Amino acid sequence: MIVQIDPVKQTGKKYWRSLEELSNTSQFRQWVDKEFPSGAGEMLDGNSRRRFLNIMAASMGLAGLTACRRPVEHILPFAKSVEEQIPGVPLHYASVFSLGSKAQGLVVESNDGRPTKIEGNKKHARSLGAASGFAQASVLNVYDPDRSQVVLEAGKKSNWAKFAEFWKSQNLGDGEGVRVLTTANISPTLAGLEEQFLAKYPKARFVEYEAINEDELLAGSELAFKQRVRPVYDMEKARVVVSLDSDFLLHDAAGLDTIRGFARGRKNEHEISRLYAVESNYSTTGAQADHRLRLKPSEVLGFAADLAREMGALPQGLKILGQDGKFGKWVKAVAKDLNEHKGTSVVLAGSRQPAAVHAVAALLNSALGNVGTTVEYVKNDRPAMGESIGKLSAEMGSGAVKTLLVLGGNPAYTAPADSGFASNLSKVGSVIYLGAEADETAKTAKWHLPQSHFLESWGDALVDGIASVQQPLIEPMFETMSAIELLAMMLDKQGKTVELVKAQWKLDDKAWRSALHDGVIESVKPESVKVAADAKAVDAAVVAVKKPMSGFEVGFYPSATTYDGRFGNNGWLQETPEPMTKLVWDNAAIISPKTAEGLKVVQGENISITVAGKTVNVPVMILPGHAENCVSVALGYGRKVVGRVGKDVGVDVYPIRTAAGMGFSTQATVAKGTGTHNLVTTQEHFYQEARPIVREATLAKYHHEKNFATAEDEHIDEYSIYGYHKYDQGNQWGLVFDLNACVGCNACVTACQAENNIPIVGKDQVEKGREMHWIRLDRYFSAEGEHSDDPQVVYQPMGCQHCETAPCESVCPVAATTHSPEGLNDMAYNRCVGTRYCANNCPFKVRRFNYLNWHKDMEESMKMVSNPNVSVRMRGVMEKCTYCVQRIQEKKIQAKVEGRRELRDGEILTACQQTCPAEAITFGNINDPNSAVSKLKKKDLNYGLLKELNLKPRTSYLAKLRNPNPELA
Amino acid sequence: MAQDLLEEKDKLYLERMNQPLVHGDPSYHEVTRVVSEIVEVRTPKAWYIAIGITGSITLLLKMMIVYLVANGIGVWGNNAPVGWGWDITNFVFWIGIGHAGTLISAILFLFRQRWRTSINRFAEAMTLFAVACAGIYPAFHVGRPWRAYWLFPIPIADHGMWQNFRSPLEWDVFAVSTYATVSALFWFVGLIPDLAILRDRATTKIRKTVYGVLSLGWRSSSEHWKNYEKAYMILAGISTPLVLSVHTIVSFDFAVSIIPGWHTTIFPPYFVAGAIFSGFAMVVTLMVIARWVFKVENFVTMKHLENMNMVMLATGTVVGYAYATEFFIAWYSGNPYEQFAFINRATGPYWWAYWTMVSCNVLSPQVFWFKSMRRSIPVMFVISIIVNIGMWYERFVIIATSLHRDFLPSSWGYFRPTIVDILTFFGTFGLFLTLFLLFLRFLPMIAVQEVKGTIATDKH
Amino acid sequence: MIKPFIEKLLATKTGTYGVAADFNSDVAIMIAIKKARAEGYTKMEAYTPFPIHGIDEALGNPPSILGYIVIACGLTGTAIAVALTWWVGTKAYPLVIGGKPLWAVEYSLPIIFELTILLSAFGAVFGMFHLNRLPQFYHALFNYSNFPKISDDSFVLVIESTDPKFNAIRASEFLKSIGGSTVEAVEE
Repeated sequence: MIVQIDPVKQTGKKYWRSLEELSNTSQFRQWVDKEFPSGAGEMLDGNSRRRFLNIMAASMGLAGLTACRRPVEHILPFAKSVEEQIPGVPLHYASVFSLGSKAQGLVVESNDGRPTKIEGNKKHARSLGAASGFAQASVLNVYDPDRSQVVLEAGKKSNWAKFAEFWKSQNLGDGEGVRVLTTANISPTLAGLEEQFLAKYPKARFVEYEAINEDELLAGSELAFKQRVRPVYDMEKARVVVSLDSDFLLHDAAGLDTIRGFARGRKNEHEISRLYAVESNYSTTGAQADHRLRLKPSEVLGFAADLAREMGALPQGLKILGQDGKFGKWVKAVAKDLNEHKGTSVVLAGSRQPAAVHAVAALLNSALGNVGTTVEYVKNDRPAMGESIGKLSAEMGSGAVKTLLVLGGNPAYTAPADSGFASNLSKVGSVIYLGAEADETAKTAKWHLPQSHFLESWGDALVDGIASVQQPLIEPMFETMSAIELLAMMLDKQGKTVELVKAQWKLDDKAWRSALHDGVIESVKPESVKVAADAKAVDAAVVAVKKPMSGFEVGFYPSATTYDGRFGNNGWLQETPEPMTKLVWDNAAIISPKTAEGLKVVQGENISITVAGKTVNVPVMILPGHAENCVSVALGYGRKVVGRVGKDVGVDVYPIRTAAGMGFSTQATVAKGTGTHNLVTTQEHFYQEARPIVREATLAKYHHEKNFATAEDEHIDEYSIYGYHKYDQGNQWGLVFDLNACVGCNACVTACQAENNIPIVGKDQVEKGREMHWIRLDRYFSAEGEHSDDPQVVYQPMGCQHCETAPCESVCPVAATTHSPEGLNDMAYNRCVGTRYCANNCPFKVRRFNYLNWHKDMEESMKMVSNPNVSVRMRGVMEKCTYCVQRIQEKKIQAKVEGRRELRDGEILTACQQTCPAEAITFGNINDPNSAVSKLKKKDLNYGLLKELNLKPRTSYLAKLRNPNPELA
Repeated sequence: MAQDLLEEKDKLYLERMNQPLVHGDPSYHEVTRVVSEIVEVRTPKAWYIAIGITGSITLLLKMMIVYLVANGIGVWGNNAPVGWGWDITNFVFWIGIGHAGTLISAILFLFRQRWRTSINRFAEAMTLFAVACAGIYPAFHVGRPWRAYWLFPIPIADHGMWQNFRSPLEWDVFAVSTYATVSALFWFVGLIPDLAILRDRATTKIRKTVYGVLSLGWRSSSEHWKNYEKAYMILAGISTPLVLSVHTIVSFDFAVSIIPGWHTTIFPPYFVAGAIFSGFAMVVTLMVIARWVFKVENFVTMKHLENMNMVMLATGTVVGYAYATEFFIAWYSGNPYEQFAFINRATGPYWWAYWTMVSCNVLSPQVFWFKSMRRSIPVMFVISIIVNIGMWYERFVIIATSLHRDFLPSSWGYFRPTIVDILTFFGTFGLFLTLFLLFLRFLPMIAVQEVKGTIATDKH
Repeated sequence: MIKPFIEKLLATKTGTYGVAADFNSDVAIMIAIKKARAEGYTKMEAYTPFPIHGIDEALGNPPSILGYIVIACGLTGTAIAVALTWWVGTKAYPLVIGGKPLWAVEYSLPIIFELTILLSAFGAVFGMFHLNRLPQFYHALFNYSNFPKISDDSFVLVIESTDPKFNAIRASEFLKSIGGSTVEAVEE
C-alpha cells in the first residue's frame, strides 16, 4: 500500500515552526549569506574540529530554510509497513549508494524526516545487510553547510532560471563540440537520458571518468577472454586464495559480500582457507594473509607470470624473478597448493596492477577450473576511463570543445597529471559543472550548478546485474539537482524524476512498490558469461611488459577515509583511523624501515617524490612490512578548494599520477625532502610486548592443542573476599569478537559514531589522545622475535568489556557508573562529575572523557544528524560503549508491545554488529544457552582478556588462527 | 623544693640535652616581649612588598582556575590514558607538606620531644595553608566543578543521590576534610593562651577587642590549664592516628586501583614517610628564613634545625628503601605487567623524572650524616628545597609513568603539561605564602606559653 | 544545717570575689599554695602564665572529666558512620557496584575511622570550652590590677570569698605574710 505522508503530521510542529520564524527574520538571512557565501571553502583556516563544528552549527539554520520536507512522491518504509509514522519511532527506507563503478544497497533510518543512520540492505547482494564506512558517513554530507547551495555564474550568485535561459540561448546545433563528462555511469535512467541527449545532439559525446577505476581489470579480461567482463567471487567456497596485490578486503572489493564470504571461509576452526598475499603496501588483505610476500608493485607481474608458467597455464619461458631463492620457493609452493585445490581456489589481481596481471589471474582461474565455482564473470561495459579523459583533454586543448558539461566528480582535481585537463578547462567555451561542492572544478567552471545528495534525489544503479532503486529520504536541502534532473531539464522533460526512473524499468505498480520496499529489482538477475581464456594472447601481453625496474616505485591507493578526495569535507571519515597506519587527518608516504634508513628520514620528515617532472613533498610514515625501495601514497588529500573541514589536510599526490601510471609509477625518483610534518595516529605502539592480548596459533598447533587460547590463563575466579554478585536472572548481555573474521575495515567505528552521536575532536585533540571513538580497532604487529621487517598484523576490536567486577565502578566516588541487573556497565552521564578515576582504573582504556565541550558550537545541527535516542554528552563527563543500550531498550519495548515475554536471539543488533561485513561481532543473551553468543563463548577458542585481574568481562574474543603452508614455513 | 616539681623524665631529658632549648636565658617577660612585638610593631614596608608579590601570584591562580572552569579540563595536559596529571600530583604534594605540622604538634608532643615547642605553631600554620592549597585540586580537577559538592554526603544534593563509599576518592573526601578541621581546631586551641597575651598587651581599643574576642576570655587559671592540657593531650592523641591515616588514604587512591605501579601494598607507609620528609623540608625552608628575619634565633635554635634535619635524613632513607622495595617486589611477584611498569619507570620515556626523584630524595639528604652539614644553614636550606622538588617528582612519577603505559600497548600514550598546568601550580605557592605572611603579621609565630614552660624546666 | 546558708549570706553580703596576691615565680606560688592549704584555706585558685605540673593536686582540684566527653562523642561518630554506609548501601541506593556486596565493613572502615576522629576532636575542643566556661567575656578577676601581667610573667593566687574561712582582711594579711605582692581584694 502507498503511504501518503503529510509533512505537518510527520514532523514535530513546534520544531519547524520555530525554524520558519527563524528563517523569516531578515538578520538571519543576512547571517546566512555572511556565513555561507558560495565557495565557503575560502573562509576559515586550519583543520581544527572547531571549524567543523561551527559550520555544522549553521547547517541546522540552513536546513530550516527549506525545512525537512518529505519528498511528495510515494515512498515505502522498508522494515515495517505502517500506515504512517509513529512519532519517535524511526522509519527505514531502502536506497542505494554508488561509489565509482560500484553500488551498495542501503537501508536508511529516518527520524522525523531526517536521514540519520545508514545501514546495509540484506536483500542487496553487494551489501548483505552490511554498509561500508563511506556509505555510512555519507549521511553527514547531507548536512554539510559547505555544500554548494546556489547556482554560481562565474563565481557570482545566480539561479536555475538564469541557467535555463543560458542553456536555451546557446546554439548547440547538432552537438558539435558538446562534451559531457560524467562519473562512472551505473544508472540506467541516466544512461537512458544520455541516449536521448545524443539523439538530440548526435555529434555530442559522453565521457566517463573515475580516478579510482577498473580500467586495467577490464582490459585484462579483454586480453584473456576477448570481452569486457568483471570477476565476481564466491570467497566462501575458496580454500586457497592468491592475491596479486589485490586489497579485496577493502579497496578492491566488488562489494561487502567479498569480505563476508572470505570471513566465513576463515571462521570454521576445523578447516580454514589459506591466503597468499603478494603486495607492496601493507593492506588489510595482507593482514589476513597466512603468507605474505613483499614485492615492489612492478614485480607482481613477474610473480604472476612465474606462477602461471610453473603451473603450465602459460607456455614455458624463463622465470622473471628467477628459478630459485625466496621467489622460486614461493612460486613452487603456491603452484602446488593451487593445483591441489582445483575449483576451490581463486586468484585475484589488484586494480593497481596492469592488464597483464589481471589477464594472468583470469587465465589461472580458468585453468584451475575455478570459473563457475569460486569465480564468475559478468558483463561490464564501463569504458576505459583513463584513456578517454586523456582524449577529451586533448580535444579541449585543441579548442574543439565548445561546451563541456561535467556531471560531478571534480575531474580538475582527480584527472591524470599529464592529461593537462585542469589547464585545458580554460580553453573550453563554456564549462558547466554540476557538483556537490564548490571545488577545484567549480572554481574554473563558467556555471557551477549545485548537485543533490543521493539521499535527496531519485535514481538507480545497475552493477553486475544487480539493479536497485535510489530512493530519496528528504527533499533537497538547497536549490540542488541530480544529474538525472539536470539532463531531464536540458531535454525539456516535464514531470517528476521518479517517473523517469519508473519509466526506465517499465515496472507495474506492484513490482515497483516491491522494488522500492526491497531496494532491489527482483526481475533483473545477474547472468554470468561463458569465458574461454586465450593463453597466447596473455603470454604476449606478459612478455610485452618490460622486466621490473630496479628504480624507485610509487604506488597510488584510494584513501580509506576520503576515497578519491570526494569525502574530504567529511569529519567522521577524516577522524577515522586509517586501518593500517592508524593515521588521522592526513595521508603520508608509507615506506619500510630499511628504505627509511636508506633515505635517512624518520617518521614525519618529508620526502620529495618526483614523477614525470612533477614533484610532491610528502611526510614519511614508516611501516614495517612495506616492500623495499617503493613508496605508497594515498590519493584524495591536500585539496585546495574544499570546505573548511578538508582544507589543508594532507598532501595532494595527483600531480605525480600520470595516465601511464594510474596504479603505480616505476619512474619515480625519491629523495629526502624539505621540512617535517606532524603526523597524528591513534595508536603509537606497534607491538604487544609479548603480552597475551591477541592470542594466535596456526591451525596445526590448534589441532593438537585445542585450548591454547586459555591454556596459560590463571584460574583465580574462586578467590574473593566475599563471593561474587550472581547474574543469573533474565537477560544477561554478552558479546564476542571473532578475531578470525575481523578484517579491520572500520565499518563498525563509523557505525558507532553515527549511532551514538560521537563527536569528532580534530587533529590537535587526537594528538593529545582525546579521540572519542567508543570502539577502536587495535592493530598489532607480530613476528618471530618481534620488531621484524616482515611482521604479521592482527586486528582487535576494543570497546567497553562490561566486566562483571568492573574496576571502574568501585572507584567512582559518586556512583555514576554502576551495574545494571542485565550485566551492563552503565554510565549515568548526568550524575558524573568527571574525576576520571574510572578511566584511569580501566585496564582497557576504553573510557572516553569530554575534556572540552565538543558540541559547543554545534547543538542545533546535531539535532539534524544525530540519533534522538542517544543523549549528547556535555563537557566534563565520561562516556563509553553501552552495548547500544538504546537498541536493547527499543527491542524490549517492541517485544512488550507484541506481547512477548522473551526476546528472540539475534533480534537485538548493536550498531557495530549490524554493519560488520565480516560477521565478526555477535551480541546476545549469555543466560540463554542456545543463543548464538553463548554457543560462541563455549568454543575452545574463546578467551577473555587480562584473566589474572579477575574482571569477568562480558566481551570475549575468539582466538585467531592462521593456516600457513608447511612448505613455506 | 623546686626539684621535685620536675618530673623524672624531664631531668633525664635535660641531662641528655647538650645545650638548652632556649638560648640567652631570657626571662618570661623577655619571651613574651620578643614574640609579641613581631606582631605589635608598625607593619614594615618589606611585608607590604612581600604580600604584594605573593598576592599577585595568588591572583594568577584565580585567573587560571576561572579559565579552567570556563573551558574544561582540556586546558590541562590530561588525556587518555593519563587521566590524572599535575592536578593530583600537586594535590598529593601539598597534602604531604601538610603533614609536618600535625606531626610535630601531636606525635612529638606525645613523645615528650620538647624541642618541638618553638616550632610547632609555625609548623601547624604551614599545615593548614598547605592543606588549603591541596584542597584546590580535588575541587577543580573534576570535569564539572560546579558539581564537586556531590562528593560530600549532603542529603539534599541534586538527585538526592548518595555517594559510593567504596571509592578511595570518597575516603579522601572524609580524610582530608577531617584532617583540615582537626588541624584547624588543634592550632586554634594552641593559640588561645597566646592570644590572651596579645589581648593583655594590647594598647589600642581595636586590638584589645579583636584579640579579646579571639582569646574567648581566657584567664590562665589552673582550672583552665587543667582542661586545656587535657584537651591538648587528647587532640594530640587522636591527631596522631589521623595524620597517619590521611596519607594512608591518599595512597589508597593508587594502591586500591589495579594499575601496575599503583597497586602496591607498600604505599601507605611509603607515602607517610614521604609526607613527613617533605613536610619537614618545607618547615626547614621557611624556618631558616623566618628565624633570621624575625630575630628569634634564641628560641628556634640550631638544635631545632639539626633535629629536623635528622628527621629528614631518616625519612629520606626510608623513602629510598621504599623505592628499592618496589623494584624488588615487582621482580619477585613475577607479574610481567608489574615488572614492565617499574622497568619503564626507570628506563622508559620518563626516565629523567625518575632519576631526578631518586637523586633529590635519596641521595641529597645523605649529606646530613655529617654534623657540620646538619648544622650549616645554607646547606640545609638548599637541601630542603631540593627535597621538595624531589618529592613533587615522586608523585608525578607515580601518577604519570604508571598511567601512560598500562596493560594494552595499543592505548599507550604520553603526558605533557600545558602552560595552564604550570601557572596553576605556581599560583598555589602564591596562595600558600600569602596566608603565611598574614599569619606572621597577626599571630604569634611561637607558642609563648609553651616556651615559658620549657624555660621553667631548663631553669631547674 | 544552717552553716552553708550563713556562708552564702556572707559571700553575697561582701561584694568581693576574693583576695589576689602576686608571686614572682612558679616555685614561689607552689610554696604559697602549700602554705595556704596548711593555713586551712580550701577555695583557692592559681593564675599562671603557663601550666605548672602538680598545681592541681596542690590546690586539691579533681582531675578533668574531659576524657569521658571525648569518648562519648567518638562513639557517636562511629555509630553515625556505620549507619550511614550501611543505610546508603543497602536501603537508600542498593546498587551493584563492581560486583561487590551492598555493604561490607572492609570498605566502610575509612569512613568509620574518620568520622570517629572528627567527632572526638569536636568533643575535645568544645568540651574543653564548656568545662572552662569559654567564651566568657567578663570575669571578676579582670578587675585585678595585675591581671594583664598574668599572661606574661605573674603567678597569682586568689583566695575566693566562697571559702568558709574567708575574711578579706585576714586573707590579705596572710597572703602578704607569705610574700605575696600587689595584694588586692578583687571586686565582683
